[in-house]
Amino acid sequence: MTAPLVVDPEPVVHLEQVTVRYGTQDALRDVSVAFPPGAVGLLGPNGAGKSTMLKALLGFVKPTTGRMHVLGLDVASSPLTIRARLGYMPESDGHIPDMNAVSFVTYCGQLAGLPRSDAMQRAHEVLYYVGLGEARYRKIETYSTGMKQRIKLAQALVHDPDLLFLDEPTNGMDPKGRAEMLDLVTDLATRKGVNLIVSSHLLPDVEATCDRVVVMHQGAIATQGSIAELKERRRQVYEVRIKGDVETFTQALEAEGIECRSTDEDVMRLYLTADQGPRDLFGVAARHQIQVRHLRPSVPTLEDVFAEAIGEE
Amino acid sequence: MPIHDQSYRRYTGVREAPGTAWLVITVTGIRTALSKKLFLGVMLFAWAQFLVRAVIFYLSANFPNLDILAPSVETFRQFLEMQELFVLIVTVYVGSGLIANDRRSNALQIYLSKPLSRAEYVAGKLGILLFFLLMVTLLPAMALLFVQMMFSGSLTFVRENLFLIPAITLYALVEVLLASFTMLALSSLSTSARFTAILYFGAIVFTGALFTILRGITSSTALAWLSFRANLEQIGDVIFRLQPRFDSSWLLSVLVVAALIGLSIVVLERRVRGVEVVT
Repeated sequence: MTAPLVVDPEPVVHLEQVTVRYGTQDALRDVSVAFPPGAVGLLGPNGAGKSTMLKALLGFVKPTTGRMHVLGLDVASSPLTIRARLGYMPESDGHIPDMNAVSFVTYCGQLAGLPRSDAMQRAHEVLYYVGLGEARYRKIETYSTGMKQRIKLAQALVHDPDLLFLDEPTNGMDPKGRAEMLDLVTDLATRKGVNLIVSSHLLPDVEATCDRVVVMHQGAIATQGSIAELKERRRQVYEVRIKGDVETFTQALEAEGIECRSTDEDVMRLYLTADQGPRDLFGVAARHQIQVRHLRPSVPTLEDVFAEAIGEE
Repeated sequence: MPIHDQSYRRYTGVREAPGTAWLVITVTGIRTALSKKLFLGVMLFAWAQFLVRAVIFYLSANFPNLDILAPSVETFRQFLEMQELFVLIVTVYVGSGLIANDRRSNALQIYLSKPLSRAEYVAGKLGILLFFLLMVTLLPAMALLFVQMMFSGSLTFVRENLFLIPAITLYALVEVLLASFTMLALSSLSTSARFTAILYFGAIVFTGALFTILRGITSSTALAWLSFRANLEQIGDVIFRLQPRFDSSWLLSVLVVAALIGLSIVVLERRVRGVEVVT
C-alpha cells in the first residue's frame, strides 16, 4: 500500500527577507515567514513588530527590502486586489463619524466592492453575527469599548474576506465579552473557512483560537510552528514548592543545568533536560538541606514556549 | 457563552472591480451633507441671487423701458463674484471636516484597508466638495444664461457672447478647484474640523488684509498676487475678457493658484496614509 501523499498547503501569507525601517529604527528585521491556511497566532511583546507586519502586508508601510505575498499575490504589485479579499480589524478604535452601525458596515461593504443592496443585507447579517443586532441603529460614538471591538470585526467581515487580520481583537473587553469574541474568532476559523492571523500579546487568546503560532521579538521571528509541536519540544516540566532558601536552591539547580522560573504563587516551574529526572532535583535539595514539599509533573504551556522564544527570565 | 447568531455565510454575489470606491465616498458624503437641514437651507439660499437675476432678465426682456437692466458679460462676472460668499460658506461647512474627522476617529486605516488607493480616497472627498461648489457656481451661472435665452426668446446674446460658456466653466472650475484642494489639504493637517475652518477662513482674511495694507502703503496693486481672493478676481477678469483690475500680472496669479493647488496635493500625499509614522 502506498502512503498518502502529503502536500504542504500553499501559505496564505509569505514574507521573504522583509525589513521595515522607521527612520533609523528597524521595526522588522529580515523577516522570512510563511503563514499556512487556518488560524495562526502572531505573538510577541509590545513593540515586537506584529502590527508593523500587518500594516506592511496591507500596504500601509513599504518595506525597505524583501518581498511579501498574500493569497498568492504580490503585495507590491497587487495591493488593491489583495485588500478586496482581506479583512482588517485594527488595534485602535476606528469608525466613520456620524454613522450608525448599519450605515457604517454597509459603507465599508460598498468600499470593498459590494453593490449597495448586498452590502446592506450583509451588514445586518454580520452585525447580528457579532452580537450587535439590537444596537445596530445606534451611533457608533455611543458604543462601549467592547461594542467598538465588535463593530471593527463586523466591518472587517462584511465583504466576506478570505483572510482576516485581527490586531489585538480582545483589547479592552470585559471577561464575558472577551470570551464571546474568542468564540466568534474560533467559529470563523473552524466553521466559516476564513483564514485568520490573530496578532496579540495575550497568550490565552492565541491558544484559544489558533493551531499555529509565530512568535516575534524585537522585529524578528523568535520561533514558529504548531502550538502542540512547540509545547512538545519543551523539556520535562515540574512544579515544585520548597522550604528553605529559594535563591540558594535556584542557583544550585541552574548550576546543574536545570532552568527555574518562579510563578505568581510560591510554586517554581523547573525545566529539565531529557536525561534529567526528579532524582536530580531531590539530590540538589538534599545537598543544600532544602525540603521539597511539593513536586508535580506539569505540562508545558504556550507561556513556556513564548518565554523561551523571547529569552525571558 | 454561545455565539449570538450563526447566520454568517460566505458571499457569492458580484463585486465591483477596484477603482470605483471613490464614487461610493462621494455619493455617501453628498447624502450625509444633504441630510442636514441647515446645510440644505444654505444651498437653497445660494440660489437666491439666481432668482433675483432671473426676474431682472424677465423684466428687461419684456419691458423695453427697462433695457438698462439687460444682461451683459459683466452681469455674469458679477454673478459669479457674488457667489464667492457661498463658495466660502460651503467650503468651510462641508470641507473642514472631510479628512480631519476621519483622522480624529482613526477612519483612515479603515478606508485604506479596503480596496481603494490613497488617490481614490482623496478623489472621493474632493468629489463631495466639487459637487456642492459647482452647485453654487457653475450650475446657477449656466442656468442664468439659459434663462436669459428663454426670456429674450432669441439666441442673439448667447451667439454674440459665445465665449461666456467656456468662460463661466473655466472660472468656476478654477475657483472651485482652488477652494477644494486647499481646504482638503488644511483638513488633512488637523484632527479638528473647527480648527481647519478657522485656519481656512483666517488664511483668506489674512492674505486679503495684507494686500489691502500693502496697497495703502505702496499706492499700487502690484502685490495683488499675495491675496487669495485677488488672484481669483484677476484671473476672472482675464477669463471674462475684461480689463484686469490689478497692476500685477495675471500670469503671476495663475502661477500662485497653480502653486497653491500643487502644494495642497503634496500635503495630501504626505498626510493621507494608513499609518502615521513618527520618526
